[in-house]
Amino acid sequence: MRKASLDLVYKLAKADPRIVFIGSDLGPGVLDVMKKEIPDRFYMEGVSEQHVIGMAAGLAMEGFIPYVNTIATFLTRRCYEQIALDLCLQDLPVRLIANGGGVVYAPLGPTHLATEDIAILRALPNMTIVAPCDADEMKRLMPKTLDWPHPIYIRLAKGGDKVVSRAEFGFEIGKAVPLVEPGDALIVSTGVMTQVALDAVDLLRAEGIHCGVLHMHTIKPLDETSLAARLPGVKVVLTVEEHSRSGGLGSAVLEFCSDRMPEQTAKIVRMGIPDRFADQYGSQDSLLKHWGITRETVAAEIHSRLKD
Amino acid sequence: MNQLDNRSKELRRLVVKMIEADRRGHIGPAFSLIEILRVLYDSHLRFDPANSMWPDRDRLILSKGHGCLALYALLADKEFFSKEELSTFCKPDSRLGGHPEIRKIPGVEATTGALGHGLPMGVGMALAAKIRGQRHRVVVIVGDGEINEGSVWEAAMSAAKHKLANLAVLIDHNKLQSYGPTHEVLDLAPMADKWRSFGFAVEEVDGHDIDALDCLFKKLPLVTDMPTAIICHTIKGKGLPFAEGNPDWHHKSGLSSEVITAMYDCLAQ
Repeated sequence: MRKASLDLVYKLAKADPRIVFIGSDLGPGVLDVMKKEIPDRFYMEGVSEQHVIGMAAGLAMEGFIPYVNTIATFLTRRCYEQIALDLCLQDLPVRLIANGGGVVYAPLGPTHLATEDIAILRALPNMTIVAPCDADEMKRLMPKTLDWPHPIYIRLAKGGDKVVSRAEFGFEIGKAVPLVEPGDALIVSTGVMTQVALDAVDLLRAEGIHCGVLHMHTIKPLDETSLAARLPGVKVVLTVEEHSRSGGLGSAVLEFCSDRMPEQTAKIVRMGIPDRFADQYGSQDSLLKHWGITRETVAAEIHSRLKD
Repeated sequence: MNQLDNRSKELRRLVVKMIEADRRGHIGPAFSLIEILRVLYDSHLRFDPANSMWPDRDRLILSKGHGCLALYALLADKEFFSKEELSTFCKPDSRLGGHPEIRKIPGVEATTGALGHGLPMGVGMALAAKIRGQRHRVVVIVGDGEINEGSVWEAAMSAAKHKLANLAVLIDHNKLQSYGPTHEVLDLAPMADKWRSFGFAVEEVDGHDIDALDCLFKKLPLVTDMPTAIICHTIKGKGLPFAEGNPDWHHKSGLSSEVITAMYDCLAQ
């Protein structure tokens, strides 16, 4: 997914002189081809995220479209004020490509996990938050970022994730993808939790339960229309995200219901990371399992709620 | 430090006009800035008030956004907007808030207020000009207390790395920050050596000396492939004897009519 994203930065940059790439001390060789072919629009800055965001803002104020790339948690926590004021308050078209959204870096411990990035960015006016589910969807997303007039946070998964997105749905920022239309239940997922959701749908189908999947690749702006069209017809809505249960996709869906469809709120179940820092290493999969975020738990939760 | 001439007093009276409107403001930090801005706008910056986004204009970022009273005075003086508008300072519908905002106020190049943001943005702007081969300059004015912020030094390293000779940082070195003397709160010395070691060409100047500022700004860039840092030695509250060098005058609110009158008296021609 990261490769698909950065390859597209290069391809888009070749065709559009407004595009600038800024990395913050990435691994050796990243986008070497762009560095070689378009050296005046490739910048590898140091471990200086506050400066990098400000520099990107300055370039955007002059008409450039900067794509900034580093590890998700460093790109959000460290430079939050710069994102808030330089990018969001000034409403500039800077794109933040965030490696390792969620618990991709599980073995590296809690300093490297991005588990509240969506929550803190969602609170900022003018910010757009996108979490594609696979590399193919990333390829459809990137061209759409070109002329979006606001800052965008692009949350990357581990890479090599199973391709489940489908070309026929296309990609529009802010437009959810109904991968499976709902029956009795609906899972609203984002990022690679959509793969978990689809697997859970298969498990439920084997039990005779028809459950839909609404892939919410854009968490902000939330696709309220797609939610409003589907929520009243189902008995249970389960949101699942590789993110804290506080402030992420589940919160966004609940807030929407509370504001616009209060009668629907009781059927919302939020699945996500509990309100604590990671207390295990292991892998992305093992940590998610530790927190009870798996295809089996998703299916069991829906099963149980439907029985109730 | 020299005496203020009539123009410097007149610009300061514009600041008092704003303070009078809402009985508040960052007075000390504005009064240390007046001559720096005056010389820049009178003699060095290229701008067009009728076309504030003119692509070839020089960019000035007031990174110490709390000094905006001085910036507003200069922008009104140069007719980016009317002097009458100064009396709306901090009113609910005013464009002129307690910190400057881009797009609201013609002539303001960046939204500032939280400290340590202007230089990184200035680096981006200067880099943009370099990429496109544009000849305009980027001037960033920082406060001395402001350079406590680590982001300033991150950006300084980057400016040197990219050899941004089109970028000048002016440090309003009034030696006072909110709590007290900078050398007590967080000592900045040796300031010139710090900027030099970060890859800047450095000069120091009396920040209230019109001729010295003019002479130095004519030399920009000081070195052809380096960013410039100019340490402007100033007096916080310059022009108001009761405020000069007094940290209590960093910000004031609820000012009485008597104090406003006393300010005008100090600045009478």
